[in-house]
Amino acid sequence: MSTFAEPIVAEQGTPKKTAIIDTDVHIVMPDSDTLLKYLPKQWHRHHEISGARGHVKSGYPRLHKMRLDAFPPTGKAPGTDLAFLQHQLLDEWDIDYGMLTPLTGAGGQVNLEYGAAQALAINDWQAEEWVALEPRLKGSILVPYEDGDLTAREIDRMGDHPDFVQVLLASRTKSPLGHRKYWKMYEAAERHELPIAIHFGGRGGGPITGAGWPSHYIEDHTGVSQALQNHIASLVYEGVFERFPTLKIVMIEGGFAWLRPLMWRLDECWRRLGEEVPHVQRPPSEYVREHIWISTQPVEEPPDPAYFEQLLDQMDMNDRVMFATDYPHWDFDAPSQALPRGLNAGLREAIMSENARKLYRLD
Amino acid sequence: MQRKEDRGGQPLIDCDIHNAVTLLDTLYPYLPDHWVDYGKNSKFFGPDASDYPAGSPIKTRPDFKVEGAGPPGSTLDQVQDQVLDTWETEYGILTCIYQASCVHNEDLGAALATAVNAWQMEKWLEPEPRLRGSIVVASQNPKLAAQEIERCGDNPAFVQVILPVRSLVPYGNHRYDPIFEAAVRHDLAIGIHYGGAPGHPSTPSGWATSFIEEYAGMSGVFQAQVVSLVAEGAFNRFPELRVALIEGGFTWLPSLMWRLDKDWKGLRSDTPWVKERPSEYMRRHIRLTVQPWNVSSDQAQIQQIIGQLDSDEMLMFSTDYPHWHFDTPEEAFPADLPESLRHKIYSENAREFYRL
Repeated sequence: MSTFAEPIVAEQGTPKKTAIIDTDVHIVMPDSDTLLKYLPKQWHRHHEISGARGHVKSGYPRLHKMRLDAFPPTGKAPGTDLAFLQHQLLDEWDIDYGMLTPLTGAGGQVNLEYGAAQALAINDWQAEEWVALEPRLKGSILVPYEDGDLTAREIDRMGDHPDFVQVLLASRTKSPLGHRKYWKMYEAAERHELPIAIHFGGRGGGPITGAGWPSHYIEDHTGVSQALQNHIASLVYEGVFERFPTLKIVMIEGGFAWLRPLMWRLDECWRRLGEEVPHVQRPPSEYVREHIWISTQPVEEPPDPAYFEQLLDQMDMNDRVMFATDYPHWDFDAPSQALPRGLNAGLREAIMSENARKLYRLD
Repeated sequence: MQRKEDRGGQPLIDCDIHNAVTLLDTLYPYLPDHWVDYGKNSKFFGPDASDYPAGSPIKTRPDFKVEGAGPPGSTLDQVQDQVLDTWETEYGILTCIYQASCVHNEDLGAALATAVNAWQMEKWLEPEPRLRGSIVVASQNPKLAAQEIERCGDNPAFVQVILPVRSLVPYGNHRYDPIFEAAVRHDLAIGIHYGGAPGHPSTPSGWATSFIEEYAGMSGVFQAQVVSLVAEGAFNRFPELRVALIEGGFTWLPSLMWRLDKDWKGLRSDTPWVKERPSEYMRRHIRLTVQPWNVSSDQAQIQQIIGQLDSDEMLMFSTDYPHWHFDTPEEAFPADLPESLRHKIYSENAREFYRL
């Protein structure tokens, strides 16, 4: 099969328009008052005297975090204003659906109960002020993922809401995601037929690389794929996909070129060392191809476009790759430019919209 | 390809042969009295990074275990018999992964490193001219590590300094400058090898449960080291620095080149010392040993991934003796490559890199 082809031209001579589904749209609460509106009363005093406390908050200073044109007229942060987002993202690019991925750190709170309260508040805010008002937007259920019971409780509370399409985690958790402490979350996700999405970010408390703390934001940003690679190794080798055969995992904002060499490596290690994990019944790459979906942004840009074709052919996951913009962050991928020219029309359509439409059961 | 004639007469340089200190007693002749007493009177048996569980299939290929011969890799006889003679190896690079870097007592770590290097000289490098050594250092204290490099660095039998891939902080950090400075001064390469026990988890998200998970995930730690060395400017501060990545796989490198080149376009104002595309630094300064290959079973895909390195210079042959990656010589080199590229990977890239 060839990934690249001559552009397909419709009979009338006009190129067929490709539908767009954006699997990574960031929104954020505009202020503390909004949070207090949704935060359960018993946590208000806690919020005032302590507030959000995760691990190692300083992170990495960066020169630019947001698209500079994404600040709404209200003067608040990008991603706080529905009307502006509708205009700048959904209308301008004619996007069918956008998956909301609010990054609040609810799952990374050192106080798990407060994290649960914060997750609940963010979820109710999404429900009321975003997805209820704009049918093109779909919500993600935030959870205090370091605690299985609290997480299952929030998934059960939100799981049947028709406009919430997945559970959202940050990539740097306290343990690799195959660990049994996360199994109650997977049980709940299966119960409600919701995929688990893992997005760039998070603070588990330990260094963000297996070699200790790096110094610069570029290392932090490039390094997210290493967290995702370890999560896949963990999910496969801990037998999560044997125990939860309908579980679907979505990886967001880590690119995807690393996935193919990772599958080779996991398979090779399994052939030699698989006896240690007898619950793993099949070559790891089979589980990956069945259970993992992956978003494009920041899209791979190899020096030779032929490498992009080789990459997709080798991955053999054309029905699993989903377009994302990462709006309104600095490294936004424009729908018109993210995929290389010359990609065959059917595959372009699958990546730009249809793979996500199928996964998230959208019209 | 095990015999030279099967390789069309091409020479072979093996860049990853493990010689192992299996008992602390082995080092007593090379340790000061104080540390000999310490060893005899304590329950210290030497550093244990638990890099390879004793019974794990990857630790030792079964047929290397010979009754009464001691653990594979513990004596020169075994390496001569099981590697150098079998493969008709022109040069073998010893990669002693004695984890002096993981001893919390830094003075002891440094003393152990000194002893290991003396042992390597006496028992391995002096008797066997086909072998070249790696200087073991206590890298948790870069100043003491640099002193050890000064001590051994003028001996031509040593060609590199070996460091565990799992470090306290990534190697691009300024704290390691004394090590790189000493290595460059003595024209030594830096070998970064699988393993280590710095005290923090091997993944960005906590501790792996199983050894297979830890082993497979270690390629991510190698990636972090490459990113750090480039982004934190080690190659700008030390333009002569040469780094070999050993037993970490290589097929992940093209994707990392694309990723870091792209991020550099957007973020290079954060790290203004990185003047060229990151992949240019990688191609110039970094080499990788081939074992474990971690490649597709499809020959066309193997050729593609090697082609995506955009360099003929980066890969160096290794057996990773006595670890169990392959059973037949053919499995040790699963890529069907043009003669000229084979020649480079078999020997010439290593000859150039290690100045042999």
